[in-house]
Amino acid sequence: MPSTSRAWSRAFADLTGGWGQRELWGHLGWQDIKQRYRRSVLGPIWITISMAVTAIALGILYAGLFGNDLSVQLPYILVGFIVWAFISGCILEGAEVFIANEGLMKHLPAPLSVHVYRLIWRQTLLFAHNLLVYVIMLAIFPQPLSWTILAALPAVALLALNGAWVALLFGMVTARFRDLAPITQSLVQLMFFMTPIVWIYDDLLNSPNPTIAERARLAEFNPFLHFIEIVRRPLLGQDLLLRQWVIVLVITVVGWLLTLVVLRRYRSRVTYWV
Amino acid sequence: MNVSASSPPPIGITTKDACVDFPIFDAKSRSLKKTVIGMVGGNIDSDAKVPVIEALRDITLNLEHGSRVGLVGHNGAGKSTLLRLLSGIYEPTRGVAEVRGRVAPVFDLGVGMDPEISGLENIMIRGLFLGMTRREMESRVDDIADFTELGDFLRMPLRTYSTGMRVRLALGVVTSIDPEILLLDEGIGAVDAAFLEKSKKRLSELVERSGLLVFASHSDEFLRELCDTAIWMEHGRVKQQGDLDDVLRAYKGGA
Repeated sequence: MPSTSRAWSRAFADLTGGWGQRELWGHLGWQDIKQRYRRSVLGPIWITISMAVTAIALGILYAGLFGNDLSVQLPYILVGFIVWAFISGCILEGAEVFIANEGLMKHLPAPLSVHVYRLIWRQTLLFAHNLLVYVIMLAIFPQPLSWTILAALPAVALLALNGAWVALLFGMVTARFRDLAPITQSLVQLMFFMTPIVWIYDDLLNSPNPTIAERARLAEFNPFLHFIEIVRRPLLGQDLLLRQWVIVLVITVVGWLLTLVVLRRYRSRVTYWV
Repeated sequence: MNVSASSPPPIGITTKDACVDFPIFDAKSRSLKKTVIGMVGGNIDSDAKVPVIEALRDITLNLEHGSRVGLVGHNGAGKSTLLRLLSGIYEPTRGVAEVRGRVAPVFDLGVGMDPEISGLENIMIRGLFLGMTRREMESRVDDIADFTELGDFLRMPLRTYSTGMRVRLALGVVTSIDPEILLLDEGIGAVDAAFLEKSKKRLSELVERSGLLVFASHSDEFLRELCDTAIWMEHGRVKQQGDLDDVLRAYKGGA
């Protein structure tokens, strides 16, 4: 076992070394997107279209079910969906990130983080494609936007920063314990329903029925709520809530610390596990 | 992978008593269930321990700038694993391995190649994988295109290529780079004779450019052309290390 300080420096060297190979993962991330829609006429615009179709259909459905106005329900669902697509993409693909790259890992001495950066970059590009739907939506259902929309930028950056530790940590653990991949899938699916993406959080909180309002308050314990909200609120022109930002920042710091501990201990073992 | 921090150290690879053990997880021991139960209930089942394949044993080597090392040994003797240890892909389970310099591992010509994209795009990706920058590759594309003699086919997706054409493309890229440490695993076949002559020349030029070469091969002819010293691997250990001719003689005599 190498000395502690050395193991730490190697863990950091993995992260910085991977960052240094931006040209490689940048290129591969683009390639992944182009690859998915190769030979289709519309290409990556399909990402945008399928997001639009899903959000519109669900918007109409839930506006009817909850008796809400479409101009309220649709923008809410759309933005929630776009953010959720990013979050769930990072978690689901993150759990498989090293297993899927086994071939590359056994042939090229690259830092582990290269594969993670490629994944986050790919998800960011998908996110950017989906943002187009948001812009079109703004033209149809204008939102009361203010300067706070600028807060969406650091919010997305925080999302990506969290996506990176989640992919790194889940990738390492799943490479060793393969059962975690299906468990993660089920949990992510479950969290989609537990998180206010299709249902409007504030409406339930202010529900005249006290039982419903009580239940809705439990959603505060769901970390995904805060990640969704820090992006959604500025994009819909709602007030920012300091509480949500603090929670996300704390999760970011704690998550990275945990990931660094695991990275220090098991980084060199991952190639043996995949 | 540059490990030491201070002033750029000379190119080289040092290992001391390095071992590589592969844990073999079967479906059961790879699941959480067994680990959790094992921790709670104590070690009842002695089978619970993961079986290990000891691929490399006590490897102590010091390869310096200018070394041209051939690697010989029977199948399964540990040649490919040793190359992966020397490249930094596998860090030793015990012992130390230090790699100083930029490594270009060429174990499999096709790794990182994508059948759906064109030959030209594949040249770029394969180059980036070998540690080149985009700009460096752009300046080399013409040279590679000439060498491969693929012409307009370079604009076609790789899946339309024959095996021989793929090897040409891969060899073209691999032999165009400037590695500090070059690790070659054989598998350079399936090319027609005239092309092989041409690639031999490029291969020896590549070896001259590189600071350090380790080359695993079963071909005496190739080894004599590229290497001056050799390592004979057997059962995961270094059986003999020294002058190429001596090692080859002992190896053939023993075999």
